[in-house]
Amino acid sequence: MDWNFRGDLPIYSQLVEQIRLAIISGVFPPGQRLASVRDMAAEAGVNPNTMQRALQDLEREGMVCSQRTTGRFVTEDPNIIEQAKKQYAEEQIRAFLETMRKLGYPREAILTLLKEEEKENADT
Amino acid sequence: MPILECRELSKRFGSVQALDEVSLTLEAGRVVGLLGPNGSGKTTLLKLANGLLTPTDGEILIEGLAPGKETHSVVSYLPDRPYLAEWMKVRQLLDLFEDFYDDFDRNKATEMLLRLSIDEEMRIKEMSKGTREKAQLILVMSRKAKLYLLDEPIGGVDPATRDYILETIIRNYNPEAAVVISTHLIADVEQVLDDVIFINQGKIMLQSSVDAIREEHGMSVDQYFREVFRC
Repeated sequence: MDWNFRGDLPIYSQLVEQIRLAIISGVFPPGQRLASVRDMAAEAGVNPNTMQRALQDLEREGMVCSQRTTGRFVTEDPNIIEQAKKQYAEEQIRAFLETMRKLGYPREAILTLLKEEEKENADT
Repeated sequence: MPILECRELSKRFGSVQALDEVSLTLEAGRVVGLLGPNGSGKTTLLKLANGLLTPTDGEILIEGLAPGKETHSVVSYLPDRPYLAEWMKVRQLLDLFEDFYDDFDRNKATEMLLRLSIDEEMRIKEMSKGTREKAQLILVMSRKAKLYLLDEPIGGVDPATRDYILETIIRNYNPEAAVVISTHLIADVEQVLDDVIFINQGKIMLQSSVDAIREEHGMSVDQYFREVFRC
């Protein structure tokens, strides 16, 4: 997968976000075994301790679980993934609405624009 | 016990104060960036840790010992300029490292050279700058040392070689060893570092973790460095 990091946020929190997104979008499907911390760190080009910290955070959220001898796996619990997906969608919508408000669009206009865009997409 | 400790370490060359009462400790399992402008004392500090220079004042300790015979066997040093004999073949260098260092893992080095298609019959002088840098790094990282001192490992190489070098450092990560990377190319290395040490005019300005700087200041270490060292 493609890893991209911004300068203004801690690297570990960006790792958490990008791995979570990979899980909810199915890039890392449920039950898939994750590569070792060192390999994931090398692939992302980050420090292994930072990757470890990110994976531990995801473990606490339940997105991944570790089995002592066999490594780390993506959760197989559809509820956890669904909930994370919903949360992500809500964040995206909030950010979108915030931008539109800044541009000065009232609520009705936003909905109209959305419907038009949606219709155009359906046509093509 | 820390892997590296400096206590009020000073080094003077004539009237030049290269290091000025530097105190710091480095623990195992950390990858640390030694960051500072040219002439700030980075190379002097690494040479002191390697016993190539002796302190004017204060002390520097590797696992509690002053640099010497015992510490040479646990310190793997990559100097900032080419140091391998030009006429030597890769195979001869492997022999040399095997003779010199008990902790040298020849198989590991051979494997890494093979992956880069570096022929063991090739002489150093026949290599491009990038290949030379990679070959040197492979030799240095193939030792099972406690302290790796890498002086400007990515200076003057192309981006693909830089990526290879950083990836090699990550893949060889050992929780029982510490790695010091001295450089002024901060943007390129900051993602692979745990901690950074800012050094200027022989003084330590800051020792902190990369993510702590990003969290506290909302900017990358590179941006923060530019702010601190604005000319």
